Amino acid sequence: MNQPLLQVDNLVKNFELRSNTGIRKTKRIVQAVSDVSFTVDEGQTLGIVGESGSGKTTVGRCVLQLLDITSGTISFQGQTLDGLSFEEMRQVRRKMQIVFQDPFASLDPKMTVGSSIAEPLVVQGIEGNHEDKVASLLELVGLAADHAKRFPHEFSGGQRQRVGIARALALDPALIVLDEPVSALDVSIQAGVVNLFGDLQKRLGMSYVFIAHDLSVVRHIAHRVAVMYLGKIVEIGDKKSIYEHPTHPYTKALLSAVPIPNPTTERSRSRIMLEGDVPSPVNPPTGCRFRTRCWKATELCASSEPQLVVRPTGQLSACHFPE
Amino acid sequence: MSELVLSIRDLRVTFNTPLGPLEAVRGVDLDVHAGEMMGVVGESGSGKSVTFLAAMGLLPHQAKVSGSVMLNGQEMIGASSKVLRNMRGGLMSMIFQDPLSALNPVHRVGDQIVEMLKAHSGNLSDKQAALRAVELLDVVGIPQAAERAHQYPHEFSGGMRQRVVIAIAIANHPKVLIADEPTTALDVTVQAQILEVIERVQKAFGTAVVLITHDLGVIARVADRVNVMYAGRNVEKGSVDSLFDHPSHPYTRGLLASLPHEGIERLTPITGFPPNMLMPPPGCGFAPRCSHAIDACRASLPSLRAFADLETACICAEELVVRTGLS
Ligand SMILES: Nc1ncnc2c1ncn2[C@@H]1O[C@H](COP(=O)(O)OP(=O)(O)OP(=O)(O)O)[C@@H](O)[C@H]1O
Ligand SMILES: Nc1ncnc2c1ncn2[C@@H]1O[C@H](COP(=O)(O)OP(=O)(O)OP(=O)(O)O)[C@@H](O)[C@H]1O
Ligand code: SF4
Ligand SMILES: [Mg+2]
Ligand SMILES: [Mg+2]
Repeated sequence: MNQPLLQVDNLVKNFELRSNTGIRKTKRIVQAVSDVSFTVDEGQTLGIVGESGSGKTTVGRCVLQLLDITSGTISFQGQTLDGLSFEEMRQVRRKMQIVFQDPFASLDPKMTVGSSIAEPLVVQGIEGNHEDKVASLLELVGLAADHAKRFPHEFSGGQRQRVGIARALALDPALIVLDEPVSALDVSIQAGVVNLFGDLQKRLGMSYVFIAHDLSVVRHIAHRVAVMYLGKIVEIGDKKSIYEHPTHPYTKALLSAVPIPNPTTERSRSRIMLEGDVPSPVNPPTGCRFRTRCWKATELCASSEPQLVVRPTGQLSACHFPE
Repeated sequence: MSELVLSIRDLRVTFNTPLGPLEAVRGVDLDVHAGEMMGVVGESGSGKSVTFLAAMGLLPHQAKVSGSVMLNGQEMIGASSKVLRNMRGGLMSMIFQDPLSALNPVHRVGDQIVEMLKAHSGNLSDKQAALRAVELLDVVGIPQAAERAHQYPHEFSGGMRQRVVIAIAIANHPKVLIADEPTTALDVTVQAQILEVIERVQKAFGTAVVLITHDLGVIARVADRVNVMYAGRNVEKGSVDSLFDHPSHPYTRGLLASLPHEGIERLTPITGFPPNMLMPPPGCGFAPRCSHAIDACRASLPSLRAFADLETACICAEELVVRTGLS
């Protein structure tokens, strides 16, 4: 087996919240990502799902070195991204790109889309004819070369997202972090952008970390899936194992909460209704972080933290009483 | 079918914008019956919110509104602000995506419910109203309702806030509850809870619910009937089973076909994008994206007509069945 393109080991990211409330100075720690490990192979897509605040975006930003990590190691193409020289880091950065959720906010309204797409080339000091490169990138993402002269406001949401993708592709990255890349788009437009991700991967062989709320889109696009809850991966494995044989109660509940666009199926489904909301990451529950909402929780779940263990269906999950 | 509580006819809304008149709603016809759950889906900008804001009399003054909205036999279009105030929160109430904007941050949630109760039934004593408020919080599933009634909105999570907003909206047992994307900002596990609360309210009080959403899964889960909107018109309507089983309008068909489902390699998008409503096409609003469009589609706006057990605004519906079957 080849080494993975990306390897993340025991990643921890805490945010310090300082607030001055009257005379007391309080320092609170948000445990956004707590001891997360995963790998992404070349040409593969890892989907990351989980509820709001579970740490998905933070993981993505740590991988891209957009945030200083608290502890852990991140290796990319076999190289540990710790203590790299400025020049080495620059080389790594061009191999990793990100596409954000909001196609409207991520483009400079005063720049033509051609200059937006060429910007990473300019920043990286790459010589040559950017016009030709931009034209071929536009065509690659299903737009026309002459779109380069236009401004973002002349584009629809789906088109702007394609511009964002073209920009991310400019430096021929090996890894793209896609953070909710289709959430802001209409369903009818989403499908085309999702297809584009698949086509590009087939043609260019890059890997994706695909972060999304929408479990059905992740099921379509990912090879492997990580389910996060309150800063931890609670289950990770092949898409088929996760969707067909979820072993963690949270994964089960999450899958059963997603409405299926078929009235007959919906009527006959039994649903797991989770109570309450996700607790604060400032003060996560002891033991298993899911226990305050878990219908299976016992004293063991409060006193001891379950570790990720291989299950018969192949995935890893962290639960004392797996399904 | 049960009693008609809301009936919208030829509703039109035009906004005056710096770029010219924008026709947001272009002739919507829609009926809501007592106690039913009516789903409204459609492309972003298709006029879903504006249709119901107009029905509630909640649009800004520069909006030009015409047509008819009968709520329980009373005309809402052109009604005096006194009548509208009476209807809102009384016979009809509306909840939105962002529960925080609907709540007053400096008032206790219990007091906000009391205020709504007293606005519509002046003879209620303070004590009775306070008791009712706690009952309502209990109905929407807020634990320890009596204590939590004394708390402020910021002490509630997003899902709990949406429950409070629902409690306020149903305080006076409205005949119609309009829920505009009530779960879009929430996580799926919390969305499931809120949908359950809405269904419970609908059943317990016989409230008709209009649920606006872009999520076809949500529609499939809770709706009895569905209205599909595109470019300011309702282009198809019918029972939820018929609509998902054999949609007849090419937009509805395209929308359902674009969803990911198991075992398919590639998704099927609808090509192109919705029209700019500053200059909508003269004919069918979907024609520029429709692979079945003929010249007649581009010539004039098709109206809703009965087709199979649905109503559809497509002149090619028969032709489509011949070509592709009742999908
Ligand atoms: N810069 C920051 N300072 C303090 N806390 C932060 C910061 N960024 C994120 N957090 C907190 O870290 C936790 C994880 O946030 P993150 O954005 O990674 O979640 P997410 O899974 O991407 O959620 P969403 O689905 O809402 O995008 C949250 O509790 C969030 O409030
Ligand atoms: N106050 C306003 N002034 C001008 N134009 C408006 C105003 N409110 C809405 N519009 C326009 O009216 C059209 C219909 O908007 P509406 O909010 O009803 O769409 P929608 O179907 O609810 O979409 P979404 O799914 O995005 O909520 C859009 O083109 C919108 O830009
Ligand atoms: S470890 Fe306990 S609380 Fe956590 S998911 Fe498993 S059963 Fe539930
Ligand atoms: Mg995020
Ligand atoms: Mg809307």
